[in-house]
Amino acid sequence: MELLYVICVGVLTFSGIFLCLRARTFPVVVGLTMLGYAVNMFLFSSGRLNLEGAAILGMADKYADPLPQALVLTAIVIGFAMIAFVVILSMRARADLGSDLVDGSEPPDTRKLVKSKRGDA
Amino acid sequence: MSLFLVIALLLIGTLIPIFAARFGRGITTIATAIAPAIGFAYIISLTPQVLAGEHLIEYLEWIPAVGLTLSLHLDGLSLMFALLILGIGLLIILYASYYLSDKEDAGRFFSYLILFMTAMLSIVLSNNILQMWMAWEVTSISSFLLISFWGHLSGSRKGARMALTVTGAGGLALLAGLLLIGDIVGSYELSVILASGDLLTEHALYPIILVLVLLGAFTKSAQFPFHFWLPHAMAAPTPVSAYLHSATMVKAGIFLMARFYPVLSGTEMWFLIVSTAGLITLLLGAYVALFKHDLKGLLAYSTISHLGLITLLLGLDTQLSAVAALFHIMNHAVFKASLFMAAGIIDHETGTRDMRKLNGLWKYMPYTATLAMVAAASMAGVPLFNGFLSKEMFLAETLNQHAFGFLSWMIPVLATIASIFSVAYSTRFIHDVFFNGEPIDLPKTPHEPPRFMKVPIEVLVILCIAVGIFPVLMVGDFLTAASQAVLNTTQLPYYSLAIWHGFNLPLLMSAIAIGGGILIYTYRARLYRSQAEFMETDAKLIFEGVVQHIVKTASSYYDKFDSGSLQRYVAALLIFTIILIALPLFKYQSSFSVTNMQPVTGVEITAAIVMCLAAIATMVLHRRRVIALLAISVVGLILSVGFARFSAPDLALTQLSVEVATVILLMLALFFLPKKTATESAPGRVVRDLAIAAVFAGLIATINYIFITQPLTSISDFYLANSKIGGGGTNAVNVILVDFRGLDTLGEILVLGIAALGIFKLMARIRLAMPNADEKGRPWTNDIHPTILSMISQSLLPLALLVSFYIFLRGHNMPGGGFIAGLVTSIAIIQQYIAHGVEWVKPRIKVDYQNLIALGVLIAALTGVGSWSFGYPFMTTWFDYFDIPFIGEIELASALIFDLGVYLTVVGATLLILAHLGKLSTPDRPKVER
Repeated sequence: MELLYVICVGVLTFSGIFLCLRARTFPVVVGLTMLGYAVNMFLFSSGRLNLEGAAILGMADKYADPLPQALVLTAIVIGFAMIAFVVILSMRARADLGSDLVDGSEPPDTRKLVKSKRGDA
Repeated sequence: MSLFLVIALLLIGTLIPIFAARFGRGITTIATAIAPAIGFAYIISLTPQVLAGEHLIEYLEWIPAVGLTLSLHLDGLSLMFALLILGIGLLIILYASYYLSDKEDAGRFFSYLILFMTAMLSIVLSNNILQMWMAWEVTSISSFLLISFWGHLSGSRKGARMALTVTGAGGLALLAGLLLIGDIVGSYELSVILASGDLLTEHALYPIILVLVLLGAFTKSAQFPFHFWLPHAMAAPTPVSAYLHSATMVKAGIFLMARFYPVLSGTEMWFLIVSTAGLITLLLGAYVALFKHDLKGLLAYSTISHLGLITLLLGLDTQLSAVAALFHIMNHAVFKASLFMAAGIIDHETGTRDMRKLNGLWKYMPYTATLAMVAAASMAGVPLFNGFLSKEMFLAETLNQHAFGFLSWMIPVLATIASIFSVAYSTRFIHDVFFNGEPIDLPKTPHEPPRFMKVPIEVLVILCIAVGIFPVLMVGDFLTAASQAVLNTTQLPYYSLAIWHGFNLPLLMSAIAIGGGILIYTYRARLYRSQAEFMETDAKLIFEGVVQHIVKTASSYYDKFDSGSLQRYVAALLIFTIILIALPLFKYQSSFSVTNMQPVTGVEITAAIVMCLAAIATMVLHRRRVIALLAISVVGLILSVGFARFSAPDLALTQLSVEVATVILLMLALFFLPKKTATESAPGRVVRDLAIAAVFAGLIATINYIFITQPLTSISDFYLANSKIGGGGTNAVNVILVDFRGLDTLGEILVLGIAALGIFKLMARIRLAMPNADEKGRPWTNDIHPTILSMISQSLLPLALLVSFYIFLRGHNMPGGGFIAGLVTSIAIIQQYIAHGVEWVKPRIKVDYQNLIALGVLIAALTGVGSWSFGYPFMTTWFDYFDIPFIGEIELASALIFDLGVYLTVVGATLLILAHLGKLSTPDRPKVER
């Protein structure tokens, strides 16, 4: 089970990081959301994986670690606020800069490349 | 009165001129002089004590926690310097008052000057070497301000920059040296360091320390090869030059060498470095000075030369040479200050400093000429003036030393040659300017300066003569006290300050110097011609060139890193992080101690596969944004189910509700953003990003696997044990949130609120293009609010609110709580927005979400503060059980009120974000704020 869990964390991280490295804002936002899931899973697992052990006193024989849960709970909510912030930021950037590129504009070397291909550099 | 008070007074004195400036020049000058005058009087009042051999030390706690104490001291060496700094400083103030034209901002000038004086005084009075270093740096900065006082002139700016760069760089080297000294001795107190004997010279790091400290001293005192900044600092107003290059600034380096003389000198290395640098500087300065046509240029190189002389004396291996060095410090300060001031007067009254134009001024200003002649004679080392005495001692010591081994004979010979040039340029200063025919088209008709402008020179010239004739009476005691401090002994070797020592070798050398100097001056025309053959190098150009080169190289590297591309930064950051976390993993040698591995069932495998597939699908299909959004919501859903599976019901509930909110958020955002992502990444970049992502993910998974398979040692047993008895709740997660770590939660909701407000602000002035069709050109549906949806959601609202209320109430004991209840409430309300539209909701929900956030944070904070009124620390919770008829026993806890704050903040923040984002496409959107 642990191995399976870790693989999921890895795949989510993989997908999240790749999306974060994209040039347009929306994939980056999605990537950050994905990365948020991975981070929360990662943090959560520091309390190890427990079955049938919710930390409600009197409901189980052996309780799961409540501390990472409390941590992750607030992390989820703050994560939502952060994603919202980034989303609005990307909308604002698009409104102000006229493009949804992360860098705000085409990278200068690309333009140079295009120009040199046209032969007017 | 104390030494600290003197420094404090001077610091206040820095501000006085600025305020006094509006009352006219006279009052400004007097107001400026008050602080230094009081300081001067106080130091003089301490003089008898110090001359009697007392060493005054004062302490003031600075940062006791890290063992930093301010301390000032006054011994013979400090006394000598303090009197020079304050005494000559006072004369400079008087002089500058006349020198600066009425149009110039004297307040600013005096302010800089006093700041410089304060720093200089702090250097010589500091008993803590870090404190001394700080003052040292302040002299560099304030001298920069003084030199660049005429900032409209390019020469001033460049000269000031050069001085700051050179002395500032030296200061950094000095700091390193001082830190090493402090580390080795174990104290930054000068009194402790000076008493440490041979500890430093015998230490393995001694060569490094010596070089670092000497770098500081040589740059400040313009020793070869760092001498080049000094002539360019002449772009400063003359009072500044007179002050910086006689008694202060350049003497700081000399002071440093004298201060550390007891613990750093006495080694081969010291003698070799210090005496060689001194000798070269002495010769170079004296030689170049003769060929300078600028009056101040001549004095500048002469200053370099005399500084070299003092350095050379400190580098010779006889005790008496240190005495001679101290004596010459005093004498040089006195005659050089007066010479600079005389040069300033000539410049002021004739409008030029060019000696090729200045001739025969004797007729116009005989009085000034007489004063200048006395000072110049002292500089040349003519008998009966103070310069003669120390020069005589210098020449005598060059004969007694063995610093260069078998080559030691070179030193007296070269010293005599330098003296010849010294006489030659002194003669030129007098003859060329005051005699030698008639002036050549001067800008102004020269005349004597105002009466009081000459007073400072008179005072100094009288000192020159008085010391020259009655040395023992005038400075004998001061010199003894200073020498005792520098040599760190009360048993000084015998020396005599008499004018006449009989016919001896030093006298012969003096005679040769005077004769040779006059001879050289007589045949100067021939020398100038041959000198003209050489190309003159302008240190300023070279310096600027070097600086430009460094800037260019640095910015070319900088541009490579800082391309302005966020994408590239993220990639670089990730690669760097990979390196950081991968390196320790290579060394990690632990077997996975598999303890209590959980069993795997088919359901879990299926869920995991779906999750991974969804994540990959999000990645692959990210160009089709709506599809990607659907795929990622699958991941979120499985994650919340996973939380439920792994005994975290609270998390499952939170994740589930946040998931809904997130998807609504992203859907709303997609309305304003392109629905598709254009292809723009080159294949190479995709491969690179895939590689980064894969490596990073691999590392994260590995780390996760490493710790997930380790036995758990957690502090949570405490929380579990105290959850019920201490916090009054059985749901440990919630009790942690609202009780044990309540302060953290307060911080969280504050952040949440701030994020929401930030978003609100970002939306306030947004100008968006409203698409009226999707990417395929299909117009949006006209059926804005489907009837079924609006009907159902409307009837669901009370139910949803009831559920959220229930979740909120039971949160302390069962899964639930403020966070989850808040999210459920928000989603229920958002659903009304979706189903009915903004126009419908607006008149029905008249809650200002910003106020809701504020109210929530306020309630949570007040709950925390409330415990104060019962005499408990912040955030102490209270709970008790009450028996209410018909309902049964219920528990009331202050944590519940805190959770209410959390609830309100979450509702406020979520709705502020989502509702306002939704409103953007309607006329109700946030308006531009006034």
